[in-house]
Amino acid sequence: MKRFIGFIKKEFYHIFRDRRSLFILFGMPIAQIMLFGFAITNEINNVDIAILDHSKDTTTEEIINKISASKYFSINQFIERESDIETIFKKGKVKAVLNFEKDFSKNLIKDNKATVQIITDATDPNTANTISNYVNAILQQYQKELNKDITITYQIIPQTRMVYNPELKSVYMFVPGVMTIILMLVSAMMTSISITREKELGTMEILLVSPIKPIQVIIGKVFPYIFLSIINAIVIVVLSIFIFKMPVQGSLFLLGFESVLFIITSLALGILISTISATQQTAMMISLMGLMLPVILLSGFIFPISSMPLPLQVISNIIPAKWFIIIIKGIMLKGVGIQFIWKETLILVGMTIFFIGLSVKKYKIRLE
Amino acid sequence: MKNSNVIQVDQLTKMFGDFTAVNAITFNVEKGEIFGFLGANGAGKTTAMKMLIGISKPTSGKANVAGFDVFTNAENIKKNIGYMSQKFALYDDLTVKENITFFGGIYGLTRKRIKEKASILIEELGLEEVANKLVGALPLGWKQKLSFSVALLHDPKIVFLDEPTGGVDPITRRQFWEMIYKAANQGTTVFVTTHYMDEAEYCDRVSIMVNGKIEALDTPKKLKEQFNVDNMNDVFLKLARG
Repeated sequence: MKRFIGFIKKEFYHIFRDRRSLFILFGMPIAQIMLFGFAITNEINNVDIAILDHSKDTTTEEIINKISASKYFSINQFIERESDIETIFKKGKVKAVLNFEKDFSKNLIKDNKATVQIITDATDPNTANTISNYVNAILQQYQKELNKDITITYQIIPQTRMVYNPELKSVYMFVPGVMTIILMLVSAMMTSISITREKELGTMEILLVSPIKPIQVIIGKVFPYIFLSIINAIVIVVLSIFIFKMPVQGSLFLLGFESVLFIITSLALGILISTISATQQTAMMISLMGLMLPVILLSGFIFPISSMPLPLQVISNIIPAKWFIIIIKGIMLKGVGIQFIWKETLILVGMTIFFIGLSVKKYKIRLE
Repeated sequence: MKNSNVIQVDQLTKMFGDFTAVNAITFNVEKGEIFGFLGANGAGKTTAMKMLIGISKPTSGKANVAGFDVFTNAENIKKNIGYMSQKFALYDDLTVKENITFFGGIYGLTRKRIKEKASILIEELGLEEVANKLVGALPLGWKQKLSFSVALLHDPKIVFLDEPTGGVDPITRRQFWEMIYKAANQGTTVFVTTHYMDEAEYCDRVSIMVNGKIEALDTPKKLKEQFNVDNMNDVFLKLARG
């Protein structure tokens, strides 16, 4: 035990004397959560649009007023010719153009219909889609106001209610994802680097020749990272609660338990990586390419798994992060208890055991 | 078998697949002896040494180190030997004192013992000024000497040195060998591999490995007589050319 404490003390010296690892450990989580929380967002706000109004009558003016009054859009400019549309899109600031046909009011009264064209810049398809939906909603609202005196015989009124994230805040989606990335990064990458570092420096050999057991070396190396990862998880949860007003509906205890489980899964992966890589560089590359990319792309963090092609959906199952994201979304947003996420929890436990078993095997082969 | 033999090796063999890295080597090392273990790169000396220090399992043969069997009792061997690798292997980002404390700790020395040892060692090496400086800031020669002292920290019966003087200037090399003599005089057996043939002359006995086999084993003086040359370098060249 005394040996073990000495070992852990040494490990903390390494961490606290290396600026790079300190930055990754403490700067990164805060920077990431701020970035994802504030800068990267799916919501649209004050999008610049342009108006091409061929009729300039009272109806189009009312519609334009309604649009500029909403917080989603701000009218950047009025253009006069169709040929200007392409020019302003090319400049890039304006994301949509509303093109009102000639004699809009007149047509509306005479034929009971009039056309407005919504042209969006679909270089960013998500935003284009959202803009078009929002403009549609405003137009429909206006149409309802026009028709308020007329009773329609058959009417289907959809009443949409978004549960668990009524305001559709994207930060609700990012916090679980960022937490997953950070825990993965700190646990898997940092441990694999710190273990391969000993190999590279030759100190691992000295440790193996000493009476300290290999298993003690590994536990001694990962222990500080368990501790630091838990602190990171707490920082992320606290930041998201107090800065982004993200709710934690479920039990904090369960959240803590699942986070520790995922930390251990990632550590096991980190150990596995360290057994197959000889240098810190390799360990870092494997961690980044083999862990970060799948976490970002295939875990359902950014791209919904259900809309992936089938082969990718199948692959996503072997990514531990996918299951952890399901678990923490469940706990934080839906407030579910263990009875709803025991399956995902068991999968993570299984993966952890598998990774540890595999690394023990690899480790032994290396020693032979 | 003499009781004073601290290393007894009999027909020790290590195979990697079809390749025989170490081919049935047999030798004994006496207590307090400086035993030189020579060979070209790839001759199998590192593999042989790894089996003796308990981090590589032999394929066949017998070996007993510090009274313990390498097959069944590697853990006890580890407690009784010191090891210094060809790579400098202390922690650069720990201070001299922290390194001593750490390695003393993993060899199970008490805190009091570590403190005593540390102050003796720092005084002997003349490191008082830099005791609280990071090891990374020391010149290579000092690092090597510190490394050797750390390997002796727990008073091992045998110390294994794997090319300890690689890349060190001649003056430091000389000082280093003085340290080796001192340790041997105090009863520690020294098992040393080296590239430098002049260093082979300092050893009590020398073995020369060629392609996994020990081709010669005797005192430097007798080896020179046997091959009818006047320095170890020529002995080595004659053997290596076959």
